[in-house]
Amino acid sequence: MNFDDTPQEAEFRATARAWISANAPKQYEEELRKSSLGRTVLKNADILEVAKAWQKKKADAGWACLHWPKEYGGRGASPIERVIWQQEEGPFGQLSRMFIIGHGMCGPTMMAFAREEHKRTYLPPLASGEKVWCQLFSEPAGGSDVAGLRTRAEKDGDDWIINGQKIWTSGAHYSDYGILLTRTDPTVPKHKGLTMFFLDMKSPGVEVRPIKQASGASDFNEVYFTNVRIPDHQRLGEVGDGWNVSLTTLMNERSAIGAAVSTGFPELFEYCSSLMLDDGPAIEDRAVRSKLANWAVKASGLKYTSMRAISALSRGERPGPENSIGKLVAGSMIQDVATYALDLQGASGIVSGEDGELAGRFQAMLLRAPGTRVEGGTDEIMRNIIAERVLGLPGDIRVDKDVPFNKIPTKGRG
Amino acid sequence: MNFDFSDDQKQLRDQARKFLAEKCSPKAVRVVLDGKAPYDKELWKGLAEMGFLGVAIPEEFGGAGAGHLELCVIAEEMGRANAPVPFSSTVYLAAEALLIAGSEAQKKKWLPAVASGEAIGTLALFEGKGNPAPKNVKLTAANGVLNGVKKPVADGAIADFAVVAARTGSSGRDNDISLFLVALKAAGVDVKSLTNLDPTRGQAEITFKDVKAEPLGAAGDGWSILTQVLDRAAVLCAFEQVGGADRALEMGRDYALDRIAFGRQIGSFQAVKHMLADMYVSATLARSNSYYGAWALSTNAAELPEAAAAARISATQAFQHCAKNNIQVHGGMGFTWEFDCHMYYRRANAMALGLGSLTYWEDQLIDRMRKKNAA
Repeated sequence: MNFDDTPQEAEFRATARAWISANAPKQYEEELRKSSLGRTVLKNADILEVAKAWQKKKADAGWACLHWPKEYGGRGASPIERVIWQQEEGPFGQLSRMFIIGHGMCGPTMMAFAREEHKRTYLPPLASGEKVWCQLFSEPAGGSDVAGLRTRAEKDGDDWIINGQKIWTSGAHYSDYGILLTRTDPTVPKHKGLTMFFLDMKSPGVEVRPIKQASGASDFNEVYFTNVRIPDHQRLGEVGDGWNVSLTTLMNERSAIGAAVSTGFPELFEYCSSLMLDDGPAIEDRAVRSKLANWAVKASGLKYTSMRAISALSRGERPGPENSIGKLVAGSMIQDVATYALDLQGASGIVSGEDGELAGRFQAMLLRAPGTRVEGGTDEIMRNIIAERVLGLPGDIRVDKDVPFNKIPTKGRG
Repeated sequence: MNFDFSDDQKQLRDQARKFLAEKCSPKAVRVVLDGKAPYDKELWKGLAEMGFLGVAIPEEFGGAGAGHLELCVIAEEMGRANAPVPFSSTVYLAAEALLIAGSEAQKKKWLPAVASGEAIGTLALFEGKGNPAPKNVKLTAANGVLNGVKKPVADGAIADFAVVAARTGSSGRDNDISLFLVALKAAGVDVKSLTNLDPTRGQAEITFKDVKAEPLGAAGDGWSILTQVLDRAAVLCAFEQVGGADRALEMGRDYALDRIAFGRQIGSFQAVKHMLADMYVSATLARSNSYYGAWALSTNAAELPEAAAAARISATQAFQHCAKNNIQVHGGMGFTWEFDCHMYYRRANAMALGLGSLTYWEDQLIDRMRKKNAA
């Protein structure tokens, strides 16, 4: 048992470290390091531009999408090398956040289902960050139940005509392309009538409207489709096989190993270490210490669970759904941590933004936190995944499983 | 990176699991639970023959000389089987104290006897209510004799020797405490069994009246040695707790698959599924924290104090959580003497207290994290 790299891993790490040290945008390092959930990170620069520039630089030197094949803009690196890169990239990895959907979900789906000429055309600029992609699955009527989506695709000659609405689309407002899950046959049960496409987000009839979130920020969008034309050669997988195609996408979303999840704990521990309460230092208060200790072991538990997964990767194994616990634990933890940090501030905890304690760091965390427990699979979906795919418990009973989609009730009351 | 046990260590774990499945069935555990024997003597003998009792004891003292990672995987299986033997008191507490502080002669006398199963050892630290703290040690040592009462002492009624914490000064500092080694058949030792939460592991009150004792380690070093012993035992106990948590989770999962209510497997209800998923989460966090503890223990890393406290807290929580919700999944049957659920519930809650309660370890963890940050 050890934390050491193998000789090849050590060599790779040294090469990566040297390149990052010579090329990373160091002027933003401090700000990126201090960023935490819910906080805008760069004060004097457009983060989109900085992120794109860093991604392009990485791509030119062969450090973008490391695990992708070279011909599609990657490096052909092993999964463990990808993890080592993430560790070495450190705070600069924050700049990759806008590419996560494209690199983590759209790219792998294209790789598995697109025509060869499309892969060669679209994947390299996706890897280099010159083109940004989004994922258009969720709808007002289909969130956790994504197969309940209603956006229609109807065949018209060699094209498909798209009408409907998507929601919760991260980054649609700055995306160039998207992968789109549609319903092509409403007369068969819901999982059987779906088909996947990719499309140019600048196509006529696509309208992107930002959603103002409960936190006040706008990371997500609604996307409306009005008679949007997609050529049939942009179909991914067979007609009616969209559900299986989407599983490839979602599997990739949840298999991101080694990516650090925010728990809020380091921020809280640092805060409590210097905070004075009415009757002395917070860190010497019995109740504070108990809370901190309980969160400390969750944070370290997640850290070492991730180390175990990395070790499995290093041995050439493929970690499975057991890694769902990272998001499940961290999501509610960051919410609890933020709530407690404000509790320690007393009434002044109400004040947010630049006027607040620590420039409103924990207030921003609190307001962003509800989203973390919903996006990318709700806590409840994560528990279902663990229960069914790790523990082997039965799937939920699905009353709409064998019912034609257009016969499924759409309203609960009246 | 290889943050995992080696193939040989995993093989040892499988070997221990197989051995215990055969020799330590729930039926065998119940013999002790029902008070028909103070501990499972046959199992104890078997553990000695397998080399498990001395796995981390150096060869020169009669052990296998393997190491603490090997001991960790065996500990996990002992917890999984809910073994009714004085393994933790003898191996994690008494033997570790001897390894850290014993003289050559003391090690030669006791360690081979531990490895061969001839001697049961324990640590006599507590004196009634309260967590490990120098001020709670009232038993005195003066002129080579001990006077005072220890309670509770794990496996005290069956132990052959004990490491006893005694007061040798009154300055109010840690170096008021010294350790002594006592053969419990010595004159002036009076042992009384106590009823306790987990009858598969005995607890006793031991009264010392002018008992002759030899020092273990230098005078005044007692608290510093004890702290090390407790840290090492915390990691090893964490593995027992992880094993117990996993078993409780498995029992709950299996029952949820077998039991039909409202016309379906109860494991198909989300209320039950999600409860089991949460048990899996806490068991996994505990396992990962314990692996870090194992790494620190086996390498004697500077991180051991922090790693041990984290493993202790995490594994204690996980075992308690899994044991109580295992009963909940079982419903009324889980609350019968006949079903095995309560054995894990009892063990989980007794183990949560035996090395000092969560309150104590939370305090330790925060102190140790602060120390690290200050360094």
